[in-house]
Amino acid sequence: MEPKSEIVLHGIAASPGIVMGKAYIFTKHIPRIEEKTITVNDVEQELLRLRHAQTRSQKELEKILQLTEEKVGNQKAKIFEAQIMILSDTVLFDSIKKRIQKELKNAEWIVHKEISKYQQMMLKSPDEYMRERAHDVEDVKNRLIRNIQQDLLISRFEKKSVVISEMLTPADTVLFSRNDVLAYATDMGGTTSHAALLSRSLKIPSVVGLKDVSKHVQQEDWVLVDGYAGSVIINPTRETIARCNKRKREHRQFESKLELIRDLSAQTTDGKEIRLSGNIEFSQEFRFISQQGAHGIGLYRTEGIFLRSDAYPSEQVQFNEYKTIVEKAKPYKVVMRTLDIGGDKVLAENYSEENPFLGWRGIRILLDKPELFVTQLRAMFRASVHGEVWIMLPMISGIKEIRRSKELIEQVKQELRGKNIPFDENVKIGVMIEVPSAAVIASDIAQEVDFLSIGTNDLIQYLIAVDRGNETVSSLYQEFHPAVIKTIHHIIKAGHQHNKPVSMCGEMAGDPTATLLLLGLGLDEFSVTPVVLPEIKKIIRSVSFRESEEIAQRVLEMKTEEDIADFLRVNLHAMVPELLLE
Amino acid sequence: MATAPACRTCMIEKEVTIKNRAGLHTRPAAALVKTAAKFQSEFYIIKDGFEINGKSIIGVMTLAAEQGSTLQLRFEGDDEEAAANEVIGLFERGFDEV
Repeated sequence: MEPKSEIVLHGIAASPGIVMGKAYIFTKHIPRIEEKTITVNDVEQELLRLRHAQTRSQKELEKILQLTEEKVGNQKAKIFEAQIMILSDTVLFDSIKKRIQKELKNAEWIVHKEISKYQQMMLKSPDEYMRERAHDVEDVKNRLIRNIQQDLLISRFEKKSVVISEMLTPADTVLFSRNDVLAYATDMGGTTSHAALLSRSLKIPSVVGLKDVSKHVQQEDWVLVDGYAGSVIINPTRETIARCNKRKREHRQFESKLELIRDLSAQTTDGKEIRLSGNIEFSQEFRFISQQGAHGIGLYRTEGIFLRSDAYPSEQVQFNEYKTIVEKAKPYKVVMRTLDIGGDKVLAENYSEENPFLGWRGIRILLDKPELFVTQLRAMFRASVHGEVWIMLPMISGIKEIRRSKELIEQVKQELRGKNIPFDENVKIGVMIEVPSAAVIASDIAQEVDFLSIGTNDLIQYLIAVDRGNETVSSLYQEFHPAVIKTIHHIIKAGHQHNKPVSMCGEMAGDPTATLLLLGLGLDEFSVTPVVLPEIKKIIRSVSFRESEEIAQRVLEMKTEEDIADFLRVNLHAMVPELLLE
Repeated sequence: MATAPACRTCMIEKEVTIKNRAGLHTRPAAALVKTAAKFQSEFYIIKDGFEINGKSIIGVMTLAAEQGSTLQLRFEGDDEEAAANEVIGLFERGFDEV
């Protein structure tokens, strides 16, 4: 066979590591439908796949329908009602089944053929309403086909492949990780996308934002994923492989050096002890995070447990999960963030808003759906006797939201007391500072709560008014924008003024270039993605607090992000020369 | 062979007009399909020479039947009379939403 030529694509490094493997192309949103001839013996299996997909699609849509009804009313929810009805159209499904049996073709092919027939007729209609219906039919068709292929996916996905996709959801990321996936490479997404965060925690190299990798790669192509440089090389030449292997060795060497300090605390050379904790979403990540030497959990994202199940998890299911995490973290604390869905992590994939980042998310959802909030709080309080629990509220934009949340918290405590259910009376309540309005009034907020935690990803986006996922403007997303640094400085001062600890759980806390600065600004706790934890510890242990304070002072006087980033890089390099910076 | 249907040659055919303003949109379509499903008889709707199974929601949705359009209904089977009565009643009442 003629060797294929090498193609290099550049994206965003989402999770470190260099790995090469055969490509597995995962298509999800616009399913790729292949016509396959089956034998009479396969018919039963195809019908089973069809039936499972039908049930699963119905469940998904019912969940979406429920959420849509609750939030936007019956009007919009109707779309889903029509789709649900199509899924229980026995005439339609009978003819699909008959065609599978008669034509001996795979289920998704027949589903595609049969449903597209109706879709075509609707699209021909001059009536706008009808053409709209055609989109519903398209939706339901794709959902059905996706669910048919999901079954296939689990059975056909070969271990040790590189998953190539347009986009991956957190659920996909976790699903593949159970099957020894080597790496991920996706067209869309940024480093803050949930899938990227997860792949880092799962220690699976990944590159996102490659734009069209899924179009360049063919099934079974050899693909080299460089999660340090953020590149993907399709059909790499021998020279390329050799070069990447060399880099891989250098990274390995440095990583083995880091292992030596894993069990030591994050203390500066002049004795200031910093709390270095980890961000997690699933209890399965725990083993890795302790291996990395984290002192507790500074951010436990509770969305995972919600995204995993079809319905909202019950109090008992939540309690079991929280208890496991709290027990594993002992003797350290776990900062549990209450459900933070919305924005890019909506619960139901079809719920949409004009402007989700400025829409219904975080605490706004929880206060609108108090039953959801209270159930989660009860589970958290019950878990609090099994270790140290802190509760953190996401997307707070003003004092009123905090007071209302505290009322609900008090109500939960009363209820537990009434039922003689034990809980820790001293559970600390804090807020995530990620909305500029909350940052401005950080001092007032600090008087209402026990701790503050800076969520930099959203804070930066909101502060600079830039959507990081939007390629046209993403270069404006600057961690070291002077306004970002002054805001962080302001929040830390506000917390300390009222003797409240301030931590940071956003991505910036895990950026080695930012460590000196954050240390110098007085941050009490860094909660980072587990993968970078040893590196951050290495930096903290290599510098003095006094020096970092001087560096921070200098940075606060600088006017541009370029000056700041350069200055920090130069200093970091001088103080920790063995660090490999990309 | 099982007993022949009571009336195998005589099916019921009837023309109806859509009365309700929104036409045969989702809710009436659903009501129609649900009603038809209660009967054994086959139920077909013919519009502009095009024939669809009246027990299929996706089929009924495809009809794009707006207010004022006329449809040919055909019932065929043991309980065709009862089916026709009930379905036609639904059209005459404008699906209770005129």
